[in-house]
Amino acid sequence: MTMIFGIPLQAFLGQLLIGLINGSFYALLSLGLAVIFGLLRVINFAHGAQYMLGAFAAMLMLQYFGISYWFALIFAPIIVGLFGAFIERTMLSRLYNLDPLYGLLFTFGLALTIEGTFRYLYGSSGQPYAVPTQLAGGTNLGFMFLPIYRGWVVVVSLVACIGTWLLIEKTKLGSYLRAATENPVLVQAFGVNVPVLLTLTYGIGAGLAAFAGVLAAPIYQVSPLMGSNIIIVVFAVVVVGGMGSIMGAIVTGYMLGIAEGLTKVFYPEASNIVIFVIMAIVLLLRPAGLFGRDA
Amino acid sequence: MSDMTHTAAKPRAERSATASMTYAIFLTAGLILLVLAPLFFYPIFLMKLLCFALFACAFNLLLGYTGLLSFGHATFFGGAAYFTAHVVKEWGFPPELGVLTGVVGAALLGLVMGYVAIRRQGIYFAMITLALSQMFFFFCLQAEFTKGEDGIQSVPRGHLFGFIDLSQSTNMYYFVLAVFLIGMVVIWRFINSPFGMILKSIRENEARATSLGYSVARYKLGAFVMSAALAGLAGGVKALVFQFATLTDVAWQMSGEVILMTLLGGIGTLIGPIFGAGLVVTLQNYLATSDFPVTIITGVVFMVCVLLFRRGIIGEFYASRLGRKLGFEHRR
Repeated sequence: MTMIFGIPLQAFLGQLLIGLINGSFYALLSLGLAVIFGLLRVINFAHGAQYMLGAFAAMLMLQYFGISYWFALIFAPIIVGLFGAFIERTMLSRLYNLDPLYGLLFTFGLALTIEGTFRYLYGSSGQPYAVPTQLAGGTNLGFMFLPIYRGWVVVVSLVACIGTWLLIEKTKLGSYLRAATENPVLVQAFGVNVPVLLTLTYGIGAGLAAFAGVLAAPIYQVSPLMGSNIIIVVFAVVVVGGMGSIMGAIVTGYMLGIAEGLTKVFYPEASNIVIFVIMAIVLLLRPAGLFGRDA
Repeated sequence: MSDMTHTAAKPRAERSATASMTYAIFLTAGLILLVLAPLFFYPIFLMKLLCFALFACAFNLLLGYTGLLSFGHATFFGGAAYFTAHVVKEWGFPPELGVLTGVVGAALLGLVMGYVAIRRQGIYFAMITLALSQMFFFFCLQAEFTKGEDGIQSVPRGHLFGFIDLSQSTNMYYFVLAVFLIGMVVIWRFINSPFGMILKSIRENEARATSLGYSVARYKLGAFVMSAALAGLAGGVKALVFQFATLTDVAWQMSGEVILMTLLGGIGTLIGPIFGAGLVVTLQNYLATSDFPVTIITGVVFMVCVLLFRRGIIGEFYASRLGRKLGFEHRR
């Protein structure tokens, strides 16, 4: 058997793949956080809850209406995005003039409420969501066995990340968003409806989280706690990357996912905390984060 | 700034005289209540309340008086609970030394976490403390001495100073009360010391404090360690009260809970967190028997507080007409 650093190649590649998949979710989620933070200056603690909502939306749509995975991939983000926009319009928007900490505390409360409700309704244990038949099974790549769905997740999340990046960097809407990040008053004076832009941004951010949730549903179990388990790690990712740049969030997400996967190969006991350790080291050496501009 | 507007209405000396009079009356009434309370209430409940009240006040030292929102205070509370439980149970330490070990351990954890976290401000600070405390949670989950999911159980309460039997709940109650009062006096002295004044100036305007020549980072770290040590005091005592230390106390939900207590009672008021803790603990006790999850209520209260009620109960009272008449002023 081929060995690499004293580890069987298959185990190595298997963990690398798992790392890549976790990294895809970290990237998608930290991207959404960065988009929201960029414009609203709010750290969306409810991001994990919205990710969970996406997975639940997919599962419930399948259970009650027989709506397939493919439609869920479109509709779940829209539903959660609308819900996010509603929250932003009615409540979150009242906090913009205050210390940003209040936004964090508000969304923390929102996350607790959503999570508590789903735990009350569906219990804490996870529920399975079947892999869509078109993506079931796997292929043998010769050096390792690749479940097709996992490959699909890596590809799709990469496409979604790049798509969001293009939306923000290359389109007219994106240019409004970036301008409003720099100077909202001036942008409003040019006739752009900034409050609507803010609502839209929060909706898109929440939708992205839900999209990640649908993607995650067949891999992890659909459970009310899936969001809070991942969101703290994503916070660490965001601290490492710095929220200054969208691309930074994406790259850091993948990097840390892979770092976590590799730690599982070489020193499994530390795999839970490796991202936090990396965060601490980055803070000591480069407090602004790897891609951060603000101190 | 609110100081200025209120002072104009009444001469300052007269106001503060009324205020100290009111304070004295409330303080005496509060002390009498606390001493007599075990006659009317279940002692364990009261002790839990006092522990959480001290925990929330320690947390408020950081949020209310230094302006730093830590999302990782469960580490100090729960960490100290583990340390105290371990040394009392496994090494046979007497309770006073056990609690002291918890305090020192929490202070050291605070030194490490604070050293890393003060490199960033505001929401980054909150996220970093949250991440580091999650790291400590995983450490506790895997470490040998914490006994994993079981936690450290049946911790003996022992004899205080060798002759006061703490297994009697009345003795235990007055021990907890004494610790609580000592903790409160320390906090009160701390925020009214020159050190505390500098912390407030950092909260109000960090750049100006720097320009006046204060080493802001060092003061922040000092406040962080102080707050961690006091949170550890509360955690260590809690381990003796309940005779166990578990993962619940180091989980992020606990950090959220203490934020809620402080927010609900009044950020930046000395006694607000006590009321906040009282409300939250009472609510939890009340809901413990029903199957309705506490998280939903906690979350909703959080949202309502942030949206409508940012001064908290005591803050609103101070700012109300009655509160002002009694001579209180609301800062912040």
